[in-house]
Amino acid sequence: MAQLSIRNLEKVYGGSLKALHGINLDVKDGEFMVLVGPSGCAKSTTLRMIAGLETVSGGHITIGDKIVNNLAPGERGIAMVFQNYALYPHMKVRKNLSFGLKLAGEKKEEISRRVQEVAEVLEIEPLLDRLPKQLSGGQAQRVALGRALIKKPEVFLFDEPLSNLDAKLRASMRVRITDLHRRLKEQGQSSTVVYVTHDQVEAMTMGDRICVMKDGRIMQVDDPETLYAKPANAFVAGFIGMPEMNLVDATLTRGESGPVVTFGDQSIRFGAKLAGRLEAGVGGEVTFGVRPQHFRLAAAGEDALTAKVIKADFLGHEVDVHIMIGGQRFTVVLPVEDYRKAAVDGTIRIRPEEDRVFIFDRESGQNVSLA
Amino acid sequence: MSDSVTHFDKAIDEAEKYLAAQKRRQTVSLAIRYTILTVVGLIMLYPLIWLVGASFKSNTEIFAGAGFMPVNPTTDGYVEGWQTSTPYTFGRFFWNTFLIIAPKTICTVISCTVVAYGFARFDFPGKKILFATVIGTLLLPNVVTRIPQYLLFRDLGWLDSYLPLWVPSAFAGDAFFVFMLLQFLRSIPRDMEEAARVDGATSFQALIYVVVPMLVPAMISVALFQFMWTMNDFLGPLIYVSSVDKFPVSLALKLSIDTAESFEWNRILAMSVLTLLPSLLVFFLSQKYFVEGISAGGVKG
Repeated sequence: MAQLSIRNLEKVYGGSLKALHGINLDVKDGEFMVLVGPSGCAKSTTLRMIAGLETVSGGHITIGDKIVNNLAPGERGIAMVFQNYALYPHMKVRKNLSFGLKLAGEKKEEISRRVQEVAEVLEIEPLLDRLPKQLSGGQAQRVALGRALIKKPEVFLFDEPLSNLDAKLRASMRVRITDLHRRLKEQGQSSTVVYVTHDQVEAMTMGDRICVMKDGRIMQVDDPETLYAKPANAFVAGFIGMPEMNLVDATLTRGESGPVVTFGDQSIRFGAKLAGRLEAGVGGEVTFGVRPQHFRLAAAGEDALTAKVIKADFLGHEVDVHIMIGGQRFTVVLPVEDYRKAAVDGTIRIRPEEDRVFIFDRESGQNVSLA
Repeated sequence: MSDSVTHFDKAIDEAEKYLAAQKRRQTVSLAIRYTILTVVGLIMLYPLIWLVGASFKSNTEIFAGAGFMPVNPTTDGYVEGWQTSTPYTFGRFFWNTFLIIAPKTICTVISCTVVAYGFARFDFPGKKILFATVIGTLLLPNVVTRIPQYLLFRDLGWLDSYLPLWVPSAFAGDAFFVFMLLQFLRSIPRDMEEAARVDGATSFQALIYVVVPMLVPAMISVALFQFMWTMNDFLGPLIYVSSVDKFPVSLALKLSIDTAESFEWNRILAMSVLTLLPSLLVFFLSQKYFVEGISAGGVKG
C-alpha cells in the first residue's frame, strides 16, 4: 500500500515569497499522477518536497501511512528520476544501479541478482560496464530509470525525465515508462507514480489522472478525458488541447430561444442545451471558450458567424485557419476539402458546436457552463 | 570545348601556385615565431640552466664567467654539500621537509574540502558572515598575524615542533584553497548529490562517494600548491623551528650560508638543485590534473 497524500502543503522562500499555497492532493495506490503546468507553477518544487530535497514550510506529506515531512529522502520509500539523469559520473552503470542497495546494506548476491533483473527489463545489459559519459541520452535515461526501479520504492517520482531527449526518443520512452508502470501493477508491486512535466502531450498520454497547476495552486485534478471535455476553469481549458482553445471576451445575453453570445458586431444564438448548462444568473461580460476543432461550417440560412480569414496553415489532412470575428481572433481547425469549398472572398461562415462551447466567468475564470 | 578545358587547367594551375605561395609564407612565419619564442624562452630559463651548470663547477670557476657549461665538471659540490657543516647530512633535512609537508598537505586537502562543501551546499545561520571572514583572511597579509600566532603557539608549548606548521592547515587555515575548491564545487551540479540522497546517502556519504570523486582534479591542485608552497616556505620553519636536527631543507640551505666564513657557493647551488627536484617531479607527474583543476576552478595559479 503506497498511497500518497498531501495536505495544505506550503512552500515559502526567504520568509515572504510564497511558492506553494497550501495544496491538497491524493494519489491512489498504483496510480500514475501527472503534475503539469507552465514553468514557475511550483510543480517541481512540489515533487522535490515529496522527495525530501526541499523543506516543507507548512502542511504535511503522507506516504503509505506515515508522515514523511521530517524524514531524510532515503527513508521515505521513494525513488526519483531526474531531468538530466544525474548519474554518478565516475561509476560504471552497474555501480550506478547498485549504489542505493549497497548503502542500504543489501547482500552482494541479492544486489547482483537485482541489477541483472532490472538490466533485462530495461535492455541495458550490454551497457553495464560502461561509464555514464559513454551513453547516449536515451541510454542514460534508461539507466536512471533502472536506478529508481531497482530500489522497489513505494512511490516513483519523475522530474521532467524526457525533456532532454529528442522527439522520437521521447515518444518511445513514453511508451516504455507506461508499459513499465502497467507491468509493475500487474505484478502487484508498488507502482504509485508522480510525474512532473510541462508537456501536455506527455501528461495526456501517460497520466491516469492529471493535476494542472498554476502559480503554486492546483487548478484541476481529473482524468485526461474529463480535463479535456470539462475544464474547471479558463486556465485548464487553455492549457490542455492543441491548438489552444479559443478564449475570447464576449457578452452573454439571454434571448427568447436561448443564450446569445456577442463578439463586437457579431453574435450567435444558442439553444436550450447551453441554456441548461449555464449556472443561474450568468450573463453580461464573460469569457467564451471553444476549441478550434469544435467549429463546423454553417449550412446556408443557418445562424452563423462570418469570419474573415487572416491566414491558413495547411497541415496535410486539415487546415489551421486563423480568423477574425467581430474584432476577436480565433483559430479554427477544418478538414482541407471543407475549407477549400467554403472559403469565398476570404471569408467563411462557421458555427461552434453547442455541446462543446464553454462560458467562463470573466473575473474568476471559473467554468460556469458545467451544470 | 577545348578552349574551356585549357581555361580550367590554367585556373587550377594558378590556384595551385597561389596555395604553394601561401604555404611558403605560413612556413616562414612559423619559423620566425618559433625562433622568437625559443630565444625569449631561453633567456627566461637561463638562470635555471646556469644554476644547474654552476652546481657542477668548482668554487673558483663560478665567478669566472657567465657561461653555464663547467670547464672541469666536478661533483664536489654535491658530495660535500650533502655532508653539510652540521652533524647531519642533507638527507636528514629532506626527511624533515617530508615530515612537514606530508601531514600538512593531507590535512589541507581534507579540511578544505569539508569546509568548501559546507559553504557550497548548506544553508546555516551566519553563513554569509563566516564566508566573508574566510575571504577576509585571504586578503589579510600573513605578516600581520605572525606575532599573535607566535605567542599563541608559545603558550601552547608548541615551539620547536612541527605542530604550528601542521595544525592551522588541519582547520582549513588556507582560505585560498577553500575558495578554489568552492569555485570548483559551484560548477558541479547538485543533481548527483540529490540522487545520492534519494538513494539513501547521508550528506557525509554523498560527499565521500559522489562529490569527492568529481572533485579530485581540484583536490590534486590544492595538494600540489600546498606541496610547493610548503617546500618553499622559509619564514614558517624559521620562526617556529629552532633545533638544527628538525630543520627542513629551506632552513638548511640558509644554514650553509651562515656558518661558513667564505661561502662554498658550489655546495649551496648543488643543494638548491636537489631542493628543486621534488617540486618539479611532483608537478610533472600530476601536470594533467593540475591544469585541469586550476582552469575548471576558474582560479589563476
